[in-house]
Amino acid sequence: MKERKDILRFTTAGSVDDGKSTLIGRLLYDSHQIPQDQIELVQQISQRKGLDTLDLSLFTDGLKDERAQGITIDVAYRYFATEKRKFIIADTPGHLQYTRNMVTGASTANAAIILIDARKGVLEQTRRHSFIASLLQIQHLIVCVNKMDLVNYNQDHFDQIVASFLDFSAKLDIVDVQFIPISALMGDHVVHRSENMPWYQGATLLHTLEHVSVANEVNQIDFRFPVQHPIRIDHGSVQDYRAYAGKVESGIVRVGDEIQVLPGKHVSKVKAIKGMNGDLEEAFAPQSISLELTDELDVSRGDVLVKPNNQPLELRQFSAMLCWMSTESYVPGRKYILRHTTKEVKTLIKSILYVYDVQTLKRDESSLVLNANDLARVELHVAAPIFVDSYRKNKATGSFILIDEQSNETVAAGMIS
Amino acid sequence: MNYRLNYLEELEAEAVFVLRETYAQFQHPCILFSGGKDSIVLTHLAAKAFAPGPIPFDLLHIDTGHNFPETLAFRDELTSRLKVNLRVGKVADSISRRTAQEERGPNANRNRAQSITLLECMESFVFDAAIGGGRRDEEKARAKERFFSHRDAFGQWDPKNQGPELWHLLNGRKHEGEHFRVFPISNWTELDVWEYILKEGIALPSLYFAHDRTCVIRKNSILAQSPFLVPHETDEIQDLKVRFRTIGDMTISGAMESNALTVEEIILELKEMNQSERGNRADDYRSESSMEDRKKEGYF
Repeated sequence: MKERKDILRFTTAGSVDDGKSTLIGRLLYDSHQIPQDQIELVQQISQRKGLDTLDLSLFTDGLKDERAQGITIDVAYRYFATEKRKFIIADTPGHLQYTRNMVTGASTANAAIILIDARKGVLEQTRRHSFIASLLQIQHLIVCVNKMDLVNYNQDHFDQIVASFLDFSAKLDIVDVQFIPISALMGDHVVHRSENMPWYQGATLLHTLEHVSVANEVNQIDFRFPVQHPIRIDHGSVQDYRAYAGKVESGIVRVGDEIQVLPGKHVSKVKAIKGMNGDLEEAFAPQSISLELTDELDVSRGDVLVKPNNQPLELRQFSAMLCWMSTESYVPGRKYILRHTTKEVKTLIKSILYVYDVQTLKRDESSLVLNANDLARVELHVAAPIFVDSYRKNKATGSFILIDEQSNETVAAGMIS
Repeated sequence: MNYRLNYLEELEAEAVFVLRETYAQFQHPCILFSGGKDSIVLTHLAAKAFAPGPIPFDLLHIDTGHNFPETLAFRDELTSRLKVNLRVGKVADSISRRTAQEERGPNANRNRAQSITLLECMESFVFDAAIGGGRRDEEKARAKERFFSHRDAFGQWDPKNQGPELWHLLNGRKHEGEHFRVFPISNWTELDVWEYILKEGIALPSLYFAHDRTCVIRKNSILAQSPFLVPHETDEIQDLKVRFRTIGDMTISGAMESNALTVEEIILELKEMNQSERGNRADDYRSESSMEDRKKEGYF
């Protein structure tokens, strides 16, 4: 087997003004990830715009409308790889009205880059981005203090920003924060070490990304296997084969393990595990497998297989943090479809406990409406029980989306705490 | 035991998850099969996702009529080996029905007409999801694609109004007459696809490997000489040793000079080479945003 090159998914929050697109462009360009023909295309456009250097932000600004507006309006995914890791970047816009995009990008991320303009220091949007990262339980924050070239690479300046960031982040739920002084435009400490800041002894951004630990992020304790669909084959060379297709969301399962099917009290044993390359003795997250049981049970999509001695919570009503995604506001009394793992149930928002003011991060307990980009704590009722863990313990079984039955639109994202 | 997947295993698990969600959430999905490596990998993943059963999807080939003979032979061998149902939609039929028009001009091709034939097939075969081998790294307009990408009743894509996709909760709900495009290998790069082909020992059409061929040099592109190609005054004809990096319609698939005879050699070549995958596709370079414009109309 070759070395275990793994995947790091990270999100970048910040606005065009912070130089976010330039930073990603720099990261890709300096690590030689951009093909020559694209470099030439960007050279041409840069010249047309009257610039004498490459406009690195052009490597990432994707859609036509955005290029015209000069802002990023949706989550865009970028890819690069080094010898150590494959990276998936969820590039999200930083403007106030795009909280929902940040939440989307953060939902699959192991790490988040927070960009601060060295001239401006910690701003309201820095607080908002960090708050969302902590809400979505991103384990690692990498705070890049950008445009150090414009403050003469001054250490005091950097130290002050670090101090003021730590001052407010102490209240957030973040495991690991690192600070890096950079200049995306000039390339300092992005891929290459900088001569301009001898006072900084830490790692470059790329080195940090290559070494962030993601090993402890998958919950390996609580076995949860939501069934995607049953597989039944009974013809030709395959006689009477019954199995359940799904992805191990957490924990480990072995042949012979006792299994309980939820909802219900039925218990059985694992007869066989089929992986992507044949039979397995054990399986773990995030493998896609099929499970065969020793007994014939009535198991369908939306059911979850667990171990009898390690069960999730069975809930009919609960409170959750919601991010309202839709431009259509919440309609009180309207029923929505709640999608949790592979299960769908009808749901009703019983009450809005409070809505965060995303600018001040203060709680507004009087609000009765939910508009796009609102973050709120709500009380939900579901028509049939769902089997959940807290989001903090298990992202896959602690998260859900709300779907509007009439428009079929995903209107909200939720986390159970 | 190390309970960690490496990057190829993780990408495979994710793609299989998406394929199974497609099976569970739609009535009648198909795999868009072009004979290119991405759709071959997709078909391979589908075979694994539903093993030991058969692939529960039809393969749909949108045939521009400008095929490499090797692609058709490969397609027919693969479909009979995997025992999958092959559906073919011919662009020529759309043209004779006059729902599509043959392009005119020196660079005429059937690329845009393909979108029309595809939508006609979705309707006539009553497919409600078309699974494609599109990857987000291919082109800027694709970087924002979802795994489940909604198409309205006219098959159009609205990049500014895409549903959000969080965690891996995929929402395939739709109204009558609408459909979805599904992209299970969204997160793969070209190199990932090749590394996976190597790891799995997946067979490919011989066109992907270096071979001798009479080529037409047109501007920066090397095209296969064929009866379908309208000659230009400035064309140069040369015998070259080439391989194809993407395979589609013969009139627009660009070749590159190469000596790579094996998948390992192709991977080495890719790592050393500095040219993007679609860089020599005659269709993408018409304007800075031509892929985005075609996608809005219902292109793959």
